[in-house]
Amino acid sequence: MPRQRAGTLRIRARPWLLLAPSLVFLLAFTYWPLVQVLEGSFRDQAFGSVASWGIGNYTRLLADPHFGRAAWNNVLYAAGTIVPSVLLALGFALALRETTLFTMAARTLVVLPLLIPLVAAAALFTFVFLPGEGLLDWYLGPFGLRAVNWLGSPSLALGAVCAITVWKNTGSYMLAGVPQELLDAARIDGARAVARFRHVTLPMLGPTFGFVLPIALVNALVQVDQVVTVTQGGPSDSTNLLLYYIYQQAEQNHDAGLAAAATVIGVAALLVLTMASLRTMERGIHYES
Amino acid sequence: MLPLLGLVAAAAAALVWAVPFAWMVTASLRPGVPADVAALWPAPPLGFGNYLDAWQSGDFPTWYLNTVLVCGGILAVQLVTVTMAGYAFARLRFPGRDVVFVLFLLQLLLVPTLLIAPNLTTIVALGLYDRLPGIMAPYFASAFGAFLMRQAFRAIPRDFEEAAMLDGAGVFALIRHVLVPLARPSLIAFAIVSVTFHWNEFLWPLMAVSSPSRQVLTVGLASFASGSEAGGEWGVLAAGTVLVGGPLLLAFLVFQRRFVSSFVFTGLKG
Repeated sequence: MPRQRAGTLRIRARPWLLLAPSLVFLLAFTYWPLVQVLEGSFRDQAFGSVASWGIGNYTRLLADPHFGRAAWNNVLYAAGTIVPSVLLALGFALALRETTLFTMAARTLVVLPLLIPLVAAAALFTFVFLPGEGLLDWYLGPFGLRAVNWLGSPSLALGAVCAITVWKNTGSYMLAGVPQELLDAARIDGARAVARFRHVTLPMLGPTFGFVLPIALVNALVQVDQVVTVTQGGPSDSTNLLLYYIYQQAEQNHDAGLAAAATVIGVAALLVLTMASLRTMERGIHYES
Repeated sequence: MLPLLGLVAAAAAALVWAVPFAWMVTASLRPGVPADVAALWPAPPLGFGNYLDAWQSGDFPTWYLNTVLVCGGILAVQLVTVTMAGYAFARLRFPGRDVVFVLFLLQLLLVPTLLIAPNLTTIVALGLYDRLPGIMAPYFASAFGAFLMRQAFRAIPRDFEEAAMLDGAGVFALIRHVLVPLARPSLIAFAIVSVTFHWNEFLWPLMAVSSPSRQVLTVGLASFASGSEAGGEWGVLAAGTVLVGGPLLLAFLVFQRRFVSSFVFTGLKG
């Protein structure tokens, strides 16, 4: 009898034993950080005095023009990277859907940027955007686009930063973001192609977009490497993004309170937008069936 | 007519996509500072002088070693954690399973990169700051990998396990000797995506270590690139970029089918 009980205990403990290694690390680096930033964001730490609780960090954060700029830039960055790369990915996927040597080669070229680090892409694009001898000026100069300081102009720099990300991400959306039934729906020749696209492909885009959106939103928050290495948020804050702001507060200003409050806002925005997009997707699927 | 037009447009766009790579390879092979440094086709004189300069001005052997250690260390631990968790979710029924499942799901959104500020505090407290395990630790658990393995295990008929169980094999022996060999394609797909992600990661390794001797390739490239940009040495910058991105690009071109199916198979997550 005791032997049997030990046996059932072992069977009961088994799932937890198997999950324990993952849960330990999730606890330390996913759940605990959430508790930590929530707590840290409400703790007002003044020099030489005891910490008190309050919303001091949030009022300081909202009063900081750099934060407001970074948050707004991040909205623009999300729109300016997700929409173009998903549309381009859809275009590539539709146009290159047949499998021939030619389309495979073209697809390979679009996928290649996936393989290199964003900092490497940023290094290449500093030359693409270099005024004078850089690629854009050198080849488009004869067409009148001469000596544009893409990364150095406050009105153009964020667009240039977006372009780097679009170049890097389009391949991944092309490979994974466009479901087969969408391509199958579009697989028809002649004049009917246009009609099919309008009445079949386009209505299906909504749910597809809802599915890709959560991952794309995460990307829009975390893909800031080119801002760290090339623009440093400038010129005059025009390319400052939320995670770069957090990085600056945590690493350079050692302002744990602001870093925590900004992280809370980023996490909250991500959760709310994801819920919203998942709900849209559900409605879209419902509509389809 | 329309599909043909689309094909031509897509081919043209794909060529534009390749321009930065064409420049990278060309510029890296042209020594000195040519007037037409924007050339996209390598015309003589060619040489490997830029690679030599890059190799000497950066600490590439250290960066390669650290990157390989970080990628390998993360992957080794992940393979164990995701296999175990994947099996639990695929085959075992237990109270609280759905809650734990949702808790796992959360990591797909709240990726470690987003939580760099609190995680920095944590690795400092754990004594892991400025050490390679500090770079690796936040990635040891992978919700994405656990889901992938869950799907893989579910696709395997139960007969195999029941036969092994009758032979008296324990659950760990069962996973190792029966299920893991059958789920190899999924494990390989996960490995490819994981290594690609961590080879390319920048911001967290930048924050988690401070000693030059512990830097990884991406962090090294960033400091190296700002130096060569300031000096206008674009050929050296291109060579350095090839040295950093080359290994994965090469692996991709050799094992292209495997890579692409991994990316398609695993979706977008790293």
